[in-house]
Amino acid sequence: MGRTLKFDIFRYNPEDPASTPHMQAFTLEETENMTLFIALNRLREEQDPGLIFDFCCRAGICGSCGMVVNGRPRLACQTKTKDLPETITLLPLPVFKLVGDLSVDTGVWFREMYQATESWIHTNKQFDPAQEEERMDNAVAEQIYELERCVECGCCIAACGTARMRDDFLGAAALNRVARFVIDPRDQRTDKDYFEIIGNDYGIFGCMGLLACEDICPKNLPLQNQLGFLRRKMGITAIKQFLGK
Amino acid sequence: MYTHTSDLLVIGAGLAGERVAVESALAGFDVVCLSIVPARRSHSSAAQGGMQAAIGNCAMGEGDNTDVHFMDTVKGSDWGCDQEVARMFADTAPIEMRRLAHWGVPWNRVVPGKSFYFKGGEKFEKFEKPEKEGLITARSFGGTAKWRTCYTSDGTGHAVMCTMDNKCAELGITVLDRKEAISLIHDGEKCMGAVVRCLRTGKLEVYLAKATAICTGGYGRLYSATTNAVICDGAGNAIAQETGVVPIGNPESIQFHPTGIVPTDILVTEGCRGDGGTLLDVHEERFMHIYEPEKAELASRDVVARRMTEHMRAGHGVKSAYGEHLWLDIRHLGDQHISTKLREVDEICKNFLGVDARTQLIPVRPTQHYTMSGIRTDKTGAAYGLKGLYSAGESACWDMHGFNRLGGNSLAETVVAGGIIGKCIVEYLQGTETTYSTAVINSEVKRQQQRIDDLIAGRLGKENVYKVRAEMQEALMTGCFVFRNEKDLLTCIETLQGIYERSGRIGLVSNGLGANHELGAALKLRGQVRLALGIAAGALARKESRGSHNREDFPARDDRNWLNRTLAYWPENADMPVLKYEDATPHFEIPPGDRGYGGGTIIQADPELIAAKTIKR
Repeated sequence: MGRTLKFDIFRYNPEDPASTPHMQAFTLEETENMTLFIALNRLREEQDPGLIFDFCCRAGICGSCGMVVNGRPRLACQTKTKDLPETITLLPLPVFKLVGDLSVDTGVWFREMYQATESWIHTNKQFDPAQEEERMDNAVAEQIYELERCVECGCCIAACGTARMRDDFLGAAALNRVARFVIDPRDQRTDKDYFEIIGNDYGIFGCMGLLACEDICPKNLPLQNQLGFLRRKMGITAIKQFLGK
Repeated sequence: MYTHTSDLLVIGAGLAGERVAVESALAGFDVVCLSIVPARRSHSSAAQGGMQAAIGNCAMGEGDNTDVHFMDTVKGSDWGCDQEVARMFADTAPIEMRRLAHWGVPWNRVVPGKSFYFKGGEKFEKFEKPEKEGLITARSFGGTAKWRTCYTSDGTGHAVMCTMDNKCAELGITVLDRKEAISLIHDGEKCMGAVVRCLRTGKLEVYLAKATAICTGGYGRLYSATTNAVICDGAGNAIAQETGVVPIGNPESIQFHPTGIVPTDILVTEGCRGDGGTLLDVHEERFMHIYEPEKAELASRDVVARRMTEHMRAGHGVKSAYGEHLWLDIRHLGDQHISTKLREVDEICKNFLGVDARTQLIPVRPTQHYTMSGIRTDKTGAAYGLKGLYSAGESACWDMHGFNRLGGNSLAETVVAGGIIGKCIVEYLQGTETTYSTAVINSEVKRQQQRIDDLIAGRLGKENVYKVRAEMQEALMTGCFVFRNEKDLLTCIETLQGIYERSGRIGLVSNGLGANHELGAALKLRGQVRLALGIAAGALARKESRGSHNREDFPARDDRNWLNRTLAYWPENADMPVLKYEDATPHFEIPPGDRGYGGGTIIQADPELIAAKTIKR
C-alpha cells in the first residue's frame, strides 16, 4: 500500500470533433484490495467524468470490461492493482470498433458471430409440454456447460494473430461456440453441416496455432483442445468429402 | 430523427425481456429488444444458483409438487404476495424448465447411486434412483421444503441467458445493445413507445410500438452496498413512474442478501449454504442454529440477513477496515465440490479477495440484493395506468414475491413470467391496432433534448452528479437498510428531499458527447431519487414488520392493518410520492399463518374477512 499509481490511458471520442487519439496520464493513490474497476470509477468520478469505459457485473461474470492492461488483454474488474507495477497502461481491445477511450463494440461483433455460426440448437423435434424432458448424461451436460462458460469478452479475438490480420476470421470464441454444439446431442447438425460453416480459412483452417487465446482467456476455457478437436474433425470431413463419402 | 416502428418494443434484453420477445416472435410479430449492454451481459447472467421448479426428480426432491412450491413461495413472501400469481408461477415453472432443456440449456442431471451431501456442516448420505438417471436434477436453497432448484453448475443464469439469446438469434429478433430508454412516449392513457439515447453516438432515437415491455431488472444501485451489477440502476422503473399514472408496487420491499463479500459486495451464492456451508462469528463459531433451531443457515434470506445483523449488533462481528462482517465457511465441502459445483464462488474468492475457500474463511455481510418492488402490473403483466405498457421480471411487481422472495425464485420468475406475460402480450397484439400521435412524440423528444442541452450547458446549476448520487445511496444505507425505525426514516426522507431538489440542479463537468457516462447518470438521477423517496416513504408508512421490511418500532406482522400492497405514484410536479394501497391478494389459497421461521408475533386479521376470501382447491 501507499503507492501512487500512474495510469496511462488511451483517449479518443469519435463523436467529439475536437478529440484526437492520444494517451493521457492520471495519478491515483492505491487503496487496499483495489481493482481496475475501483480505480477507473474513481478516476471518472473524481478526475475526468468524460472518461469512457465499460463495466457491468464488476465480478468477472459478464465480460464487459475487456481491455489491454500493460500489453495483455484481460478483464479489468478482476485485475488487482497490487499485481501490477506502479505504471499501468490501458488501451482498448484491438480488432473491435472503438466506441470511445477504453470502450469497444463487442456487442455487434458477437451478434454477427451468432448468425455466422448459427449459434443455436438445430432440431426438427417439437417441444411437448406434457412430456418428460429428454434424458441427458450429466457428464455430457457438464461438458457442454464447460464450453458455454464463454463470457464473450473478446480478449481471445484481440489477442489472436489471425484475427489481427484478417477481419473475417471467426476466432476462438466462435470456434468454441461451434464445438459447444458439436458435442450437444440435441443438435442434429452433421459434420458436413459444420464443415460448411468452419471448414475454410476464415474458420478452423485459418488458425495459425499461436494459441494466445488459450493463454489469455479470463475464464480459462480449454480453447487449445477445442481448436485441435475441430481441426481434426473438419480435416477428416474434408478427406471424406474428397473421397466422395 | 431516427424512428423505428414495431409491434413490440422490449426495453431490457435480460432473461425476462428476451423470453417475452421470443413469445411474440413465435406468434409472428415484429419485435425489437433494446439493452444498455450486449444482451448476454445482462444481470440475469450473474445469477449463479438456479431456478426453482417442482420437478421432483432428485432424491431430496421426492414428493415435491407445485402445491409445495406454491406454499414455500407464499410463506417466503410473508403472505405479501398475490396468491393467484404465485400459483400460476409454481404451476408453470416445471414446464418452462423442460422447455429450456429443449432449447439448449445444459441442466445438471440426476446421477444414479449413492452420494453425499452436507447440511449444517454435517455429512449425510442420499441415494439417487436409477430410473431417474439423466432427468433434470435440483439442489437445495433456503426457505424450501424440498430440493427444487434446477441448475447448471453455478452459472445457471449465464447458461440460460446464452440459450435464450441463441433463441432470439434463431428467430431473427432484432436485439440492439447500447440503447437506453430515457422516457416513455404516452398520452396519459396509452403507451406508444420510448425515447432512446444511443450509447454509441449519444443521439436520441424514437422507438414506437403497439406494446412496450419494461424488463430492466432491479434497482440495487440506489444503495451503495449492493450485489447488483452497475446497470441495475432503476432507470426502467423510473421512466414508468415518471408518467405519473403508473405506480411502483411495494417500494419498501427490498431484499438484503446474507452473503455479499466484504468489501466489494459481490454475491456468493446461497448454494454455498444450500450445499452445507455455515456462518461463523468472530469466535469462528456457528450461531444461526441458536436463533433458528430448525432451519439454521437455511432459513429464508430476510431471516438470515436479520439474524446476522442482530448477531453483529450483539458484539460478535469481525471488525475490519470496511466495517463489521461475519464469516462464511465452506472449507469442509472439500476441493472436489468447491472446484466443480461452486467454481464461480471459488473464482470470486480468489480474484477479488485473494482467499482460497478450501482453507480460508470468506468475509461476508448482508448487502442489498433484490427489489421485490417494481412496476405494478396485473396478472397478465399489464402495468397499472397505461394501456400497452407491460413489465416482467425483477423490474415488475407482478407480484409473486411479496415481502421476500426465495432464492431461485427470481431467476425462475424471469423465464416463467416472461413466458406467461409474453403470451398475454401476444393476445393483446392480436386484438389491437393503434395510432401514434406525432404531436406527443415530438414534444417528448423535444423535452428530452432540452434536458440534455441544459445539462451540458450547465443551465440548471453546477451540482456534481456523482456526488449527489453517492449521497442518495448513503441516505438509503443509513435510514432504510435491514432494520428500519421512524426516527431514521424521517431523517432519511428529509435528506432525500434535499437531494431531490439538488438533483434538479445538475451540471455536467464533461462535454456530454458520444458514449458519455456522466450525461447518462445525470439523465436518470432525478428518477432514481424519486424511487429512493418511494422506498423511504413506503417504509415509514408501513407500521409493521413483514418479510424483508423490518421495523424495530413495530416488530409484529400486522395482518389486521397491513395485509396489503403499497402503490407509490409520482404525480407531475409532486415533491413526494403519493401512497395508495390495495389488497395483497384477490383471494387466499393459504390463509395467513406462521412461516415457521423468523420468529416474531402476528397481529391476526379478522378471521371472517380471511374466511370470506379463502378458496378451496
